[in-house]
Amino acid sequence: MKKYTFTEKKDTRSGFGAGMHVLGQQNPNVVALCADLVGSLKLEPFIKENPDRFVQCGISEANMIGMSAGLTIGGKIPFATTFANFATGRVYDQIRQSVAYSNKNVKICASHAGLTLGEDGATHQILEDLGMMKMLPGMTVINPCDYNQTKAATIAIADYEGPVYLRFGRPVIPVFTDADQVFEIGKAWMVNEGTDVSIFATGHMVWEAIQAGEQLEAEGINAEIINIHTIKPLDEEAVLKSVSKTGCVVSAEEHNRIGGLGDSIAQVLVKNKLVPQEYVAVDDSFGESGTPAQLMEKYGLTAKDIVAAAKRAIARK
Amino acid sequence: MEIEQLEKVASQVRRDIVRMVHGCQSGHPGGSLGCVELFVSLYFERLKLKEEDGKPVFDMNGKDEDLFFLSNGHISPVWYSTLARRGYFPVPELATFRKLNSRLQGHPTTHEHLEGIRIASGSLGQGMSVAIGAALAKKLNGDKGHVYVLMGDGEQQEGQVWEAATFAPHGEVDNLIAFIDLNGQQIDGPTIKVMNNRDLGKKYEAFGWEVISIEEGNDMAAVLKGLYEAKSRLGHGRPILVLLHTGMGFGVDFMMGTHKWHGTAPNDEQLAAALAQLDESMGDY
Repeated sequence: MKKYTFTEKKDTRSGFGAGMHVLGQQNPNVVALCADLVGSLKLEPFIKENPDRFVQCGISEANMIGMSAGLTIGGKIPFATTFANFATGRVYDQIRQSVAYSNKNVKICASHAGLTLGEDGATHQILEDLGMMKMLPGMTVINPCDYNQTKAATIAIADYEGPVYLRFGRPVIPVFTDADQVFEIGKAWMVNEGTDVSIFATGHMVWEAIQAGEQLEAEGINAEIINIHTIKPLDEEAVLKSVSKTGCVVSAEEHNRIGGLGDSIAQVLVKNKLVPQEYVAVDDSFGESGTPAQLMEKYGLTAKDIVAAAKRAIARK
Repeated sequence: MEIEQLEKVASQVRRDIVRMVHGCQSGHPGGSLGCVELFVSLYFERLKLKEEDGKPVFDMNGKDEDLFFLSNGHISPVWYSTLARRGYFPVPELATFRKLNSRLQGHPTTHEHLEGIRIASGSLGQGMSVAIGAALAKKLNGDKGHVYVLMGDGEQQEGQVWEAATFAPHGEVDNLIAFIDLNGQQIDGPTIKVMNNRDLGKKYEAFGWEVISIEEGNDMAAVLKGLYEAKSRLGHGRPILVLLHTGMGFGVDFMMGTHKWHGTAPNDEQLAAALAQLDESMGDY
């Protein structure tokens, strides 16, 4: 089993900021928009070097999405940025009509997704965004796993023509993927090959899955771990190839169990190959205030929970 | 074009509107009829459009062109008719309005690749934001074209309109002309009763817009003059708002001045009565 180590911890939102910094230098059509959260989105380097290509929208997310759609008419590539809650639920109809239905090349970049936003509590901890975004026809939905992958994904989506939802977060977590990786939209990433259970994880849960894999190995269970950074389009081939080997599944996501990655995988399994699946996800509830670690513990989103889910899935084979 | 010719086009557009709505027994004739003078004067006289051999050529990015956005998408019949009569797509296609497999959806969409449409609209309040974005793109591109957007007066009740209204003066979006179709009607009744917008001109002025008024929005000469004046004020750091006073249902006597024809289709006799009032100046589709 491949061992993953890290030398530093960083937040994925800083990976986004670093990606934007690169795009600012490389792609003159990239425009950044933000709704009064420049510091949180780590946009300062982009703004400093490209003040003319930054649009401060104030606390007006609906207008930000509409203006982003308009900016594409004229060939700009707008990156609309704010917290995940305000980037999705608050502006769903704007995204639906002006971006998705109109097929505009808008990149919706959402930080502070999920429980790990922490102390601000449930008003800000969106756990439904992946579901909302993946239901929009034509929308690509990406949830990278660490700083380096978020940076690579940010750069990659500028070259992809079409609407994208890019989700990342606030807490510092291990940086364990390659700094010079090329991000392939829609291509699952094999973290570790195994034979007993397929663990499909996304976002912050990938590192938890890696740790779970080590614990399972110590108990003689050989887990296959796959990073599903692109929720839509889902790499169905990778899912089916893995389950044909392992015969059972754990899905792990920092999201409501309804409508997220787990349900996307379940749909593939129902259509193609029925095997037991266990969800590691928030059990249809809102979050609350607390530290990120406390919340992940309370809502069952840790390596320990993945280990338990893996054992349940194997027992059901 | 001479005013007389523009009025002939307007008469045909009005015929198209009532025939389209009659043809599918659904759609929004009232607001469409009230805005005919604006659409005809924009597309046949005032907008700078890309053309080849005298025919308009649609390009999504609209480089160096003037762009028009319709925010209150339910008045799609007037836009479709104007675009077809201007040569963007074949006039006979108007007969497919709101029917299965048509490019002329009930509300405008880019999804069907209809020439002239750059964004979907229908869910209200979004068009001005889109127009501002397009105007910002023009500035970034060094493109001297202007951006026009039409909204309804009932639509002013949407919160997003005021987000956009706040942004445009702050962002010095001075290549933008926004119209409000002041017909005083919305689905549930007179706007003043349903939700009184009060003095929209003063509101926009307070937000930092330059506001002008076209009192006779169904008089071709008055609309042309108002458009000229609006355009002459561009480029001075402020967006322009035009209060366009129109009569809902204008041109068909029994549809005029009432919200009852907001979203109602005429029956066969009503169609005949309407067409009897409108000259078939360019030939029906």
